[in-house]
Amino acid sequence: MTTRIFGSGIRRREDPRLITGGATYTDDVKLPGMAFAAILRSPHAHAKINSIDTSAAAAAPGVVAVYTGADTDGVLNPIPCAWIPPDSDVKAVDHPALAKDVVRYQGDAVAVVVAENRYQAEDALELIKVDYSILPAVVNPEAAMQPGAPQLHEDAPNNQAFHWVAAGGDTDAAFASADVIVKDTIVHQRLIPNAMEPRSAVATWTESMGELTLWSTSQNPHICRFLASLVTGVAEHKIRVIATEVGGGFGSKIPVYADEMITSFCSMQLGRPVKWTATRSEGFQATIHGRDHVEHVEMAATREGKITAVRSVIYAGMGAYLSTAGPGVPTILHGLMYCGPYDIAATKADIYGVFSNATPVDAYRGAGRPEATFLVERLVDLLAVELGIDPVELRRKNLIPKFEDGHDVASGITYDSGDYEPILNMVLGHVDYQALRQEQARMREHGEYMGIGVTCYSEICGLGPSQVAGAVGFGGGLWESAIVRFHPTGKVNVYTGVSPHGQGEETTFAQIVSDELGVDVDDVGIVHGDTSNTPMGWGTYGSRTTAVGAAALVLAVRKVKEKARLLAAHLLEAAEADVEYADGKFFVKGSPDQSKTIQEMATMANVAWNMPEGMEPGLEASAFYDPPNFVYPFGAHVAVVHVDPDNGHIEVKRYVAGDDCGPQINPMIVEGQVHGGVVQGAGQVLWEGAVYDDNGQLLTGSMTDYALPRAHMFPNIETLFTVTPSPHNPLGVKGIGETGAIASTATIYNAVMDALRPLGVTGIDMPLTPEKVWQAIREKQGS
Amino acid sequence: MFATEFEYKKANSVSEAIQLLSNDADAKLMAGGHSLIPLMKLRLARPGTVIDIGGIAELQGITANNGILRIGALTTHAQLAESPLVRDSARILWETAYGIGDPQVRNRGTIGGNVSHADPASDLPTVLVAMDAKFTIQGQGGITRRGSRTVAAADFFTGAFSTVLAENEILTAIEMPVLAANQHSEYAKMAHPATSYAVVGAAAVVTMDGNTCTVARVAVGGLTPSPVRGQSVEQALVGQELNAETIAAAANLIDNDLGSDIIGDIFASAEYRRAMAAIELKHAIFHATGLAHH
Ligand SMILES: Cc1cc2nc3c(=O)[nH]c(=O)nc-3n(C[C@H](O)[C@H](O)[C@H](O)COP(=O)(O)OP(=O)(O)OC[C@H]3O[C@@H](n4cnc5c(N)ncnc54)[C@H](O)[C@@H]3O)c2cc1C
Repeated sequence: MTTRIFGSGIRRREDPRLITGGATYTDDVKLPGMAFAAILRSPHAHAKINSIDTSAAAAAPGVVAVYTGADTDGVLNPIPCAWIPPDSDVKAVDHPALAKDVVRYQGDAVAVVVAENRYQAEDALELIKVDYSILPAVVNPEAAMQPGAPQLHEDAPNNQAFHWVAAGGDTDAAFASADVIVKDTIVHQRLIPNAMEPRSAVATWTESMGELTLWSTSQNPHICRFLASLVTGVAEHKIRVIATEVGGGFGSKIPVYADEMITSFCSMQLGRPVKWTATRSEGFQATIHGRDHVEHVEMAATREGKITAVRSVIYAGMGAYLSTAGPGVPTILHGLMYCGPYDIAATKADIYGVFSNATPVDAYRGAGRPEATFLVERLVDLLAVELGIDPVELRRKNLIPKFEDGHDVASGITYDSGDYEPILNMVLGHVDYQALRQEQARMREHGEYMGIGVTCYSEICGLGPSQVAGAVGFGGGLWESAIVRFHPTGKVNVYTGVSPHGQGEETTFAQIVSDELGVDVDDVGIVHGDTSNTPMGWGTYGSRTTAVGAAALVLAVRKVKEKARLLAAHLLEAAEADVEYADGKFFVKGSPDQSKTIQEMATMANVAWNMPEGMEPGLEASAFYDPPNFVYPFGAHVAVVHVDPDNGHIEVKRYVAGDDCGPQINPMIVEGQVHGGVVQGAGQVLWEGAVYDDNGQLLTGSMTDYALPRAHMFPNIETLFTVTPSPHNPLGVKGIGETGAIASTATIYNAVMDALRPLGVTGIDMPLTPEKVWQAIREKQGS
Repeated sequence: MFATEFEYKKANSVSEAIQLLSNDADAKLMAGGHSLIPLMKLRLARPGTVIDIGGIAELQGITANNGILRIGALTTHAQLAESPLVRDSARILWETAYGIGDPQVRNRGTIGGNVSHADPASDLPTVLVAMDAKFTIQGQGGITRRGSRTVAAADFFTGAFSTVLAENEILTAIEMPVLAANQHSEYAKMAHPATSYAVVGAAAVVTMDGNTCTVARVAVGGLTPSPVRGQSVEQALVGQELNAETIAAAANLIDNDLGSDIIGDIFASAEYRRAMAAIELKHAIFHATGLAHH
């Protein structure tokens, strides 16, 4: 019995080139005759543009061209939003690539300079004179909907971008008859994604062919091409988008931004290649932000601790314009998940999407689901306090019992499979929960504040059935496809429409092929990210790459395998029914010495000297996979924190992540995804958050003020797993890319509040900076 | 993130550097470049000429002679943190250097650049004030111009990003007395999570006779434009047997020394920093004397 490569933690093949600087990112692309673009951004959050004087910039050394909204108006179509939830009355407001009359957030693009080199472009930016009349600004989404608030768009009264309600079960009745109701106001501050690689674009227009090639830092080059054709007017088949090497995205590289459309415009105007790369400051201002919810939430329960309903009213900030997937995040990806892993008969999400004078908001790791988990888990902890029940016992009481093939929840969706108690028991056993509680009691006697947070979660990912995508207003499908092509020497390439950018699918996809076909993993190459040589696909986000992309791959692999088996039967002069496959070989039943490998079959199929009657030459297959349902990973996490009441400092002492993503192709990669996600979620609780002043100026506009988690700030993460396959997925796999971020924010937050409970503190807005904790303690101590 | 145009000149000696500086009103010295370059990239600094002093041999080196530890201005934070001589002569400096920024910053940033830049959030100014360090400064010399002079750390810093350095002067070395076996030192800081810069930093150097403190030098920084000596605290410590109570009581007096010019920002208000000064100082003294905080 050989060890299976599926399930083995082999090293990531991507890493050597990434670690040694051998990867070619967009900014590394150098083309003959290439010019450089720099974009002038509004320094004001809201202002009318009276006039723009570009004459000095145009005359500056090295400057090739300067363009403003007057030049792009009517040439570039508006930047589209591609997710319009139905029955939500979305106001798809005009979003010009370069501002026309009004700027609506600090960072809104106003003009572009193209010069021979980047320094000249940056220098010339300073010479553009814009005469602004400053208008009043509003940033907070709840404030933006109040009467009298500054208005952003004429066609969106009260700044309401949309209103969307998802309700299932009789929430009103459940609240009316509840023994207990717990409430909270939760603010999910804006998070700034900060992928390591800044966004970048290189556009080159070939006039003679009428073709546009665009290198773009995209998580979804096929969507980028599709939207670029809408904006530029160049036909889709005349556009090639290349995003083979992308240095992290976390959702921030899903959207199609004004910047790459402006870059394309410049190249098309000038007939020469143009590169634009964001500075880190531009990244802070003009790459999407995540979260931005103001939530009023409540939970109803019986005296015995049976949760009966959850409901919310949420003001979800959209920023100044609707980003590509913006409206889908606080609605579909959030409002349907209020049951979490619990049996709750009624849920209602009442969501207002709101415009405000701040950077547009879109999907950021977890996208809607961290907020849903936080909402449920925060309320469960408040309920536990209210009822005097141990928070773990309360959770246990409400968990949905094990199910293997579908469970309908109140919001109308159907979870695929779940077995929530074993993973909870596993993490509790691992930390010895009772002993922790005893230690906590002992420490409190000495005036030391330790807190324990335990959460259970279930999340929705593996986006998703295309029919559902259509029904929920997503402007595309959510299926995937793959081509598996054997070459004459027996080596194989996989061409996939998903677009990994750090997650490691070049490795895991090769493992799948190797495992299914007995080909050495090093003989398998994965091709992704270039629309000219990969089949249509919808990209990498929503923890869908493996759940959907690998599912398509395995279906294609199985087609190839069947063709090879038939060819082997022919060459072995055996009846087709008598040829079987095991351990990398096709052999005649009963005589294993008479065998052929698939790589031998690849050679024979490619030369095609001796094919069975009617069989086409070549050994390749493609498959399309449209998932019948989403997948629903789940788990239980535990955090142990210490809070120093003297200075408000929080130290995370332990973090245990228990997750279930079904069978694991590569456990090392799974662990890496959990680590990254957990720390990213921790960032929201402890350190991160965009701060704007009342005029809409971003005060956390650089790495000096915006604290990202670093290795020394967090303990070693302990990971545990159970394996519950998805019933509908060909590999049984679920997603693991976002679970960490979905669970850890709530887990750590609950742990801190658990620590502070004896001091009378019940809630603090995130991030829980030392001063905020200290102030909250002081207020309660009345000093 | 792209500097304005500038000329780059490399100086091979201190005198050459001073010459270059004196001839060019628009020039800036660059040592490790870790404060200067970020400012230039943000276009907050726009020097016409950058004079690189990074290769000047006479600004290098760590020595200890006759009870004086001498550190060349170009010594990097990493060199401080790796030096057994610094560890044995000025433990506080050794430990503080390791807590500066991250490995890149420690590998490039220099002690001379750190104090010349005089960022209120820097660690070394506070430590050097508590250590009673002397800064050696070289000017152009000659009859009318200043030659070499020595300035006490406490006098060197004149405000946020401001020192006594004249435009054509170079800091060449920093000297401080080697700590004796009965002198204990410690620096405690509340670090900004984004950068590790001090939100509040506190340095303590105490001379002990048994359990009794005979001399104390304490300073706090991060919350004030430049480091502040805690003279009230020092007076309260001297002659005391140090224990949890006496240390806490003395540290609380720092409030008297702080003055009214306290820095506040979106991460930490002035009110909070003021309150933290006593707490960080308490930590520093506790750890210096080997009395654990908890
Ligand atoms: C990310 C980051 C984190 C940091 N964290 C910390 C921290 O935690 N604690 C801390 O203390 N510091 C921190 N720093 C600051 C760092 O320590 C300083 O940047 C560094 O010490 C400055 O030294 P340098 O040699 O790089 O100076 P440079 O940048 O080269 O120069 C700084 C200034 O000093 C002048 N100058 C330099 N040398 C001399 C000299 N010999 N004589 C006269 N003038 C001179 C220059 O003209 C310039 O104005 C951090 C910096 C960064 C970038």
